[in-house]
Amino acid sequence: MFLKKYLSDIFSAVASLLKGMRMTGYYFTHRKEIITQNYPDNPELMKLPERFRGEVVMPHDENNEHACTGCTACELACPNATIKIITKFDISPDGKKKKALDTFIYHLELCTMCNLCVVACPTDAIKMAQNFEHSVFDRSKLTKKLNAPGSKIREGIE
Amino acid sequence: MLKILNTNHSQLTTHMFEEVATTTEGDLVINVGPQHPSTHGVLHLLITLSGETIKNVEPHLGYIHRSIEKMCESLSYRQFIYVTSRMDYLSSHINNHGCALCVEKGLQIEITPRARVIRVLMDELTRLASHQLWWGAMAMDVGALTPFFHAFREREAINDIMEETCGARLTMNYIVPGGVMFDLHPNFQNRVKEFIRFFKTKIDEYDDLVTGNIIFQSRMKRVGYLSKEDAISYGCTGPTARASGVSCDIRKLYPYEVYGNLKFDEIIETGGDCFSRYLVRMQEMRQSLSIIEQLIDNIPDGEFQTKTKAVLKLPKGEFYSRVETARGEFGVYIISEGGTTPYRIKFRSPGFSNLSALNHMAKGHKIGDLVAIMGTLDLVIPDIDR
Ligand code: SF4
Ligand code: SF4
Repeated sequence: MFLKKYLSDIFSAVASLLKGMRMTGYYFTHRKEIITQNYPDNPELMKLPERFRGEVVMPHDENNEHACTGCTACELACPNATIKIITKFDISPDGKKKKALDTFIYHLELCTMCNLCVVACPTDAIKMAQNFEHSVFDRSKLTKKLNAPGSKIREGIE
Repeated sequence: MLKILNTNHSQLTTHMFEEVATTTEGDLVINVGPQHPSTHGVLHLLITLSGETIKNVEPHLGYIHRSIEKMCESLSYRQFIYVTSRMDYLSSHINNHGCALCVEKGLQIEITPRARVIRVLMDELTRLASHQLWWGAMAMDVGALTPFFHAFREREAINDIMEETCGARLTMNYIVPGGVMFDLHPNFQNRVKEFIRFFKTKIDEYDDLVTGNIIFQSRMKRVGYLSKEDAISYGCTGPTARASGVSCDIRKLYPYEVYGNLKFDEIIETGGDCFSRYLVRMQEMRQSLSIIEQLIDNIPDGEFQTKTKAVLKLPKGEFYSRVETARGEFGVYIISEGGTTPYRIKFRSPGFSNLSALNHMAKGHKIGDLVAIMGTLDLVIPDIDR
């Protein structure tokens, strides 16, 4: 009786191990199932979904115009003080003073990619870009100015 | 007189000393962590050994303390949610969910049926991803490396779905007070269905590869026993408590969102050992799959977000809400003074209470079993330390 149990224990143990080994053997002989891949050095292979949050950018159109009014809603929405908006006063042709964006400072090293600034912006002036390779040799390079030099606000955006 | 007092005093101190001290001569005190692969994070365990038998385990915390609760006091009700992704980063979506529920309770807003279903779908996908990672990591802890790669292969599919809809893979910040941040991606339904088909075959492979394995079973069975009474008195929740026979699934007991209308079982095992905890999580994966299957074709149309005020102000008072994360009960307690930021926030994280039972479970076992016990507790250290 004891011997019988002893032997059946051994057989069921070996059977359970073989069951696992069968899987290992399957993957060993089916090379198509291998799913690891090399780091995508070729950027064309690296297609990230358009919602992927890599960094905040401010799109400019062909006339070097953006949609930012300098309202600071994004600055207030950001939890980490990543954004600093510096405003100036533009004098419009009819002599009125109008608040406008001077510099949009973005500290990439502080950003947690939470998307709250993009959601908060009333004019959709900023969006998330898919770039994820952010390493640089000097941390001062991480502080960016998002509005392009000489850019101005697009006509008709209040 | 003085002499007698003195003797009493010294007797008293000796007595106290014996109670407090755990080491005797010949014992070995070793440190595991804070940088040790099997603690899955910066957990420091001070272990007293007698030979190879564990006499005492003392977890030391604080290596990843970021004072999240204090930080939240200076953040607005929209902003503080993203921070909670950094607590239990494997079920970050469910943490966000708990916070949003608490804020919504304070604001007394109803969210749309579509947002409810989206939230639950994402919760269950997160739970699946978390359990998959746990399965791989735990098998690796007890010496099987292959499952780790299998688990990550399946988890990758979920992460891709998350990335497409939420915009991030781990710290999603997809839930906002009043609903969710974006609508579902047009591909979402198809990709989730594809994933379900794919994962159903793989979960059977999980069982073949690990569950039935005799070496694995003998490492797991009758190790780290936690009785029902102890599980309750240590405040364990989640799969850890359910493996000891405690019914504690918040989704069943206090249903939130659409959980009340869904058909799923609360998995309860009565063994209380490591293997029971393993079985609970394995079966929970199948339950999560069935919840996703029930919902994926029945996503109601409509808005994904209710309109809320630009600046959220909670009325004066105290609010508490809780959700079931992959590790147990996660509670959010907000005290509001009527301002735009909370006066005080307290998070009840499941990992902390589950860890407190570790000493009780590990006593008397060999040091190799400690790794297995910790593996089945599914500890995430930033969740414990906050
Ligand atoms: S993504 Fe979040 S952290 Fe980054 S700038 Fe926007 S609001 Fe700030
Ligand atoms: S980016 Fe948008 S929110 Fe920020 S200052 Fe410009 S217009 Fe306002």
